[in-house]
Amino acid sequence: MRNDSLLTVEGLQTHFFTEEGVVRAVDGVTLSVRPGETLGLVGESGCGKTVTALSILRLIPDPPGRIVGGTISFDGRDLLRLPEEEIRKIRGSSISMIFQEPMTSLNPVFTVGEQVAEGIRHHQKVSRREAWDRAIEGLRRVKIADPVRRVREYPHQLSGGMRQRVMIAMALALGPRLLIADEPTTALDVTIQAQILELLLGLQEEMKMAVMLITHDLGVIAETADRVLVMYAGRVVEEAVVKDLFDNPLHPYTQGLLESLPRLEAGKGGRRLTAIPGLVPNLLELPVGCKFAPRCSKAVGECWPTEPELREIRPGHWARCILA
Amino acid sequence: MSERQRQNGRRYGRRLGGRWKWHRGILLGSLILFFFGLIALLSPLLSPYDPYRIPEKLQAFSLLSPGADHWLGTDLLGRDLLSRILYGARISLLVGVVVELAVTPVGVTIGLFAGYFGGKIDAVLMRITDAVMAFPGLVLAIALTAVLERPGFLSVIIVLAAVRWTTVARLVRGQVLSLREAEHITAAVALGARKGRIIFRHLLPNCLAPILVAMTFGVASNILSEAGLGFLGLGVQPPTVSWGSLLAEGAVYLTVKPWLCIFPGLAITCTVLGFHLLGDGLRDIFDPRLRS
Repeated sequence: MRNDSLLTVEGLQTHFFTEEGVVRAVDGVTLSVRPGETLGLVGESGCGKTVTALSILRLIPDPPGRIVGGTISFDGRDLLRLPEEEIRKIRGSSISMIFQEPMTSLNPVFTVGEQVAEGIRHHQKVSRREAWDRAIEGLRRVKIADPVRRVREYPHQLSGGMRQRVMIAMALALGPRLLIADEPTTALDVTIQAQILELLLGLQEEMKMAVMLITHDLGVIAETADRVLVMYAGRVVEEAVVKDLFDNPLHPYTQGLLESLPRLEAGKGGRRLTAIPGLVPNLLELPVGCKFAPRCSKAVGECWPTEPELREIRPGHWARCILA
Repeated sequence: MSERQRQNGRRYGRRLGGRWKWHRGILLGSLILFFFGLIALLSPLLSPYDPYRIPEKLQAFSLLSPGADHWLGTDLLGRDLLSRILYGARISLLVGVVVELAVTPVGVTIGLFAGYFGGKIDAVLMRITDAVMAFPGLVLAIALTAVLERPGFLSVIIVLAAVRWTTVARLVRGQVLSLREAEHITAAVALGARKGRIIFRHLLPNCLAPILVAMTFGVASNILSEAGLGFLGLGVQPPTVSWGSLLAEGAVYLTVKPWLCIFPGLAITCTVLGFHLLGDGLRDIFDPRLRS
């Protein structure tokens, strides 16, 4: 798609084969991340954000899941065709990932220092001593106070925000070129959220890495992302530079999401929030045409028989809607 | 490095230490087991009589009731029951512990592999486990003993181990199945951990607590099984004594000289109780939900 990109995903299809039928969790997602940029991925629960991210690192549990179509290329290499050992070398060194639940994403039976050091030793032949020293350095970099003491503590001795910092230290220990952050702040309270985001952005700048930020929080996207992808029912429905998306959303789903955000505007207090009617569709029984049509207030007859293509409406602003 | 490990160890020890103190089950269980362990270890010193020697004036010493000379009485051949129980403790405890130590690595390995790899490996391993479990333990024991020609200490170990590993394998597989979905496992894979590391650094250490608990219960169950085999005459053979063989000898006189069964039975009951108290206690302190 674009030659200057670090990561290019094209037509990705990740399906889950369950007893009730085939769940098309991700169905034809195309995206690209350029070096150093922040790409936001937004959408409701179950829209395929996380599955897209897990697919990039080939972490989809098989069975029941399988990547059935598309290509993922990183730095010119096709990740889907790499042998297992090669993709393992990429995980944690070139592409890292952090998860939503800092409470459960650390191993409870080892100290955080051992875990950060272990991450380094997955990829580099360094002595325990050196890995340990680098772990302390890593904790210092994510601004954990008194890292020499903290490095000996177990995850249960740390707060949620502190654990997420440890996760970030683990993920960034080897200077990855792309960090996939899957809802990194969702489980944290609001003040800590801001601190963690600030830390992430600071480190991104410092290390010149690209970040793929997955969230359902448009506020987080507005503050952090350069470009945004809006996902719905396993598809990308809109893609734009962050300012364009907020100023001029083209897809009715994006418009609905923005409408449902509370706003602080002078003189317009007391506006009721608008909700998007209906529920996220069952991925086993998707409508034939536009997947959003059943919930769309603007839907017309043509929306139903065929699914619209993702079209470039304005330069760099794409939408999957015939009305745009 | 070693200094660091020692410090970590101490810290962990202190954390457990805090709970250790207030847990009565563990305290009582350990006390009971310490008592019987000591008895087994020191039986040659503690025994008032030779447990194997048949006295010359057999008539005068046969089937004596408990009294001043023979605290727990004597058996048909005039041998002191207390001494025989003390010596029997060695075999019974040894069988219980040895079987468990032999079986745990096997069961753990099978469980880890079945749980982690799933699919065909899991299916094959677990069907074998099911097949062994489905077979009545006692029938299998009798058949195996027959194959092994002469019943004895070794045959008891083999027979019990042949059945016992299945329980451990099932337990570990179950643990791994739920752990495999844990986020910290996915996180470790996402950071480039190799399969071996995932299995032995992430899955195994997180299974250790339930394994340890199962081992204490396992020793208790092995002691009972040994007694069962001994009772059927498939255990250790005379002149060696175990609590099971004492029960078997005493059973003949159950209505007239009940202490011949009661005292070995009490020894078995107390030891099993000790292991269960300890196991229950360990389960409590390892359960993160009960941690304050």
